[in-house]
Amino acid sequence: MSAPHTQNRHLPDRLQTPAMRALRSWEALLVVVFILIFTANSFASPYFLNVWNLSDATFNFTEKAMIAFAMAMLIIAGEIDLSVASIIALASTAMGLVMSAGYGVPVIVVTGIAVGLICGAINGVLVAGMNLPSIVVTIGTMSLFRGVSFIILGDQAFTGYPKEFAFFGQGYVFWVISFELFLFAITAVIFYILLHRTNFGRAVFVIGNNPVGALFSGVRVARVRFILFLLTGLMSGIAAVCLTSRLGSTRPSIATGMELEIITMVVLGGVNILGGSGSILGVVLAAFIMGMVTFGIGLLNVPGIVMSIFLGLLLIAVIAAPKLIWRK
Amino acid sequence: MKAALTSRDALLIYAITAMTAAIAYRFPAFIAPSSLANTFNDTAPLMILVIGQMIVILTKCIDLSVAATLALTGMVAALLDGAGVPLVIVIPTAIALGAVLGMINGLLVWRVGIPSIVVTLGTMTIYRGIIFLMTDGKWVNAHEMSDAFKALPRLHVLGLPVMSWVAIAVIAVFGVIMTRTVLGRSFYAVGGNPHAAVYAGIDVGRTQFAAFTISGALAGLVGYLWVSRYAVAYVDVAGGFELDVVAACVIGGISIAGGIGGVRGAILGCIFLGIIKNALPVIGVSPFWQMAISGTAIVLAVAVNALQNRPKGRLILKPDMQPSAQKVQA
Repeated sequence: MSAPHTQNRHLPDRLQTPAMRALRSWEALLVVVFILIFTANSFASPYFLNVWNLSDATFNFTEKAMIAFAMAMLIIAGEIDLSVASIIALASTAMGLVMSAGYGVPVIVVTGIAVGLICGAINGVLVAGMNLPSIVVTIGTMSLFRGVSFIILGDQAFTGYPKEFAFFGQGYVFWVISFELFLFAITAVIFYILLHRTNFGRAVFVIGNNPVGALFSGVRVARVRFILFLLTGLMSGIAAVCLTSRLGSTRPSIATGMELEIITMVVLGGVNILGGSGSILGVVLAAFIMGMVTFGIGLLNVPGIVMSIFLGLLLIAVIAAPKLIWRK
Repeated sequence: MKAALTSRDALLIYAITAMTAAIAYRFPAFIAPSSLANTFNDTAPLMILVIGQMIVILTKCIDLSVAATLALTGMVAALLDGAGVPLVIVIPTAIALGAVLGMINGLLVWRVGIPSIVVTLGTMTIYRGIIFLMTDGKWVNAHEMSDAFKALPRLHVLGLPVMSWVAIAVIAVFGVIMTRTVLGRSFYAVGGNPHAAVYAGIDVGRTQFAAFTISGALAGLVGYLWVSRYAVAYVDVAGGFELDVVAACVIGGISIAGGIGGVRGAILGCIFLGIIKNALPVIGVSPFWQMAISGTAIVLAVAVNALQNRPKGRLILKPDMQPSAQKVQA
């Protein structure tokens, strides 16, 4: 963190018009970046501009983005959840157990979502109920949840999920619109409404900006925090259903490192990592940008680890650029 | 006296003693001096890294790139050795490279003003990616390393391997720096109250930069030790180890909000994790249990910390509502 602000704030003579503000917003910058990457990709590979290929590309980000929406709200409220990928591992393991016991698709899906909710509730109780710092608590539960998966599975894997279960990760709702993309769109709308159009969403912003002020304004700070962790757990459970269905198997190492990609997505989407500001639209755009970068570079036969360099550079560059350009 | 017996560090010592006693009751061989020395030696890399991480956390930052820095410097050390560069140049180069990688983190935090969690999340993937670019994903194996390169950390001096002595030296040096020097105290000042630190004439950003540089240099040192001890270098060396490092800090009572903690606690945290790691195979528990156990230990440690620091008496504001105790991420 930088030195405390001692200089006076700059006061403009007149306010910007809404159009000007939209043009200079973070989201506008993301749109430009997206167009640049999209154009670069279409020149770089002849296979890029194909509806089916593009539809395939969405699988790169749909599961992560679903969690990223909940994570965005959590980060706006000044908290963080590093355990999301481990929740996926535990939920997927539980689904595997239920499947091995011979239960059908509905029970498998409900189990995955329920385990996600339980894990979210555990984080929520520790952070909101006991007033512990979320970054440490979720580093702990991150080891704990995945650790339980490792205890159950060891070096084994669950395979042989029923055929109908494949729909959640591999099925198509309509033409090129996969079930995951459909779910991504729906959750995006729901989270947009929740964050930007409800009292609950306003409370999230208030808590992120000033928890003391929020408490004195009658916001139930602990309850909102708890609900946010519950939501993140829920979305991780849903993502676990999609991911397990798409891969068709469960290993304890499933989704390793995904929490970092999700946080990268949220921060790239313009959410302030210190809390207090951000938008769902930004996260949606960041999801598309990350998906297109990964997919485009993949088409050029560049290995995954080099992609992660690009994502790392993208993360730092996108945060640093405005700070360096608008510096006085 | 009473305070010393009920302090956090004392609690941790009780926990470690109780745990070791329980293990020794069933498996007396575990507390044989050679076995304990082994455990210490296995924990040495963690201890060195934890000292650096502790300093970074004290200044209200976090360094998630330590394991990646370790892997990159370790690979560079292995490649230099393969090219016939003598050890007396390889080791300082590894430390210097680590320091430079730490400085990159520090500059981005200090000069550009990006929160440290974002910076190190980014550099973590970048540093590991660079290893891949340098080697095309190939491994550097034992037979490609010179004998001197591999021998140094295992060399026994006065009954302990050099690896352990390096850890002891780092602990001793930083034990003095943190308590007896201006720089050491300014790490605490910056984390304890940045505003007051500014008024006391301490440059907050520059101090954080120094913290990252130290963390990077120590990671560079461990990079050489790690790669030479295990006699292999590849992209995923020490993958995920940054979490162990942060975990040891938390268990050792370093407050993630900055300004609270010390070398003694941090080292006790390492010993706690190290004993668990080395005892599991001895008591016949599958190593797959280790992750869940250290996770539980972290959660318990934070909870105990919070309970201990809870102010007594009548509360006007809830503890986390007081500005001084506000949760700080980054």
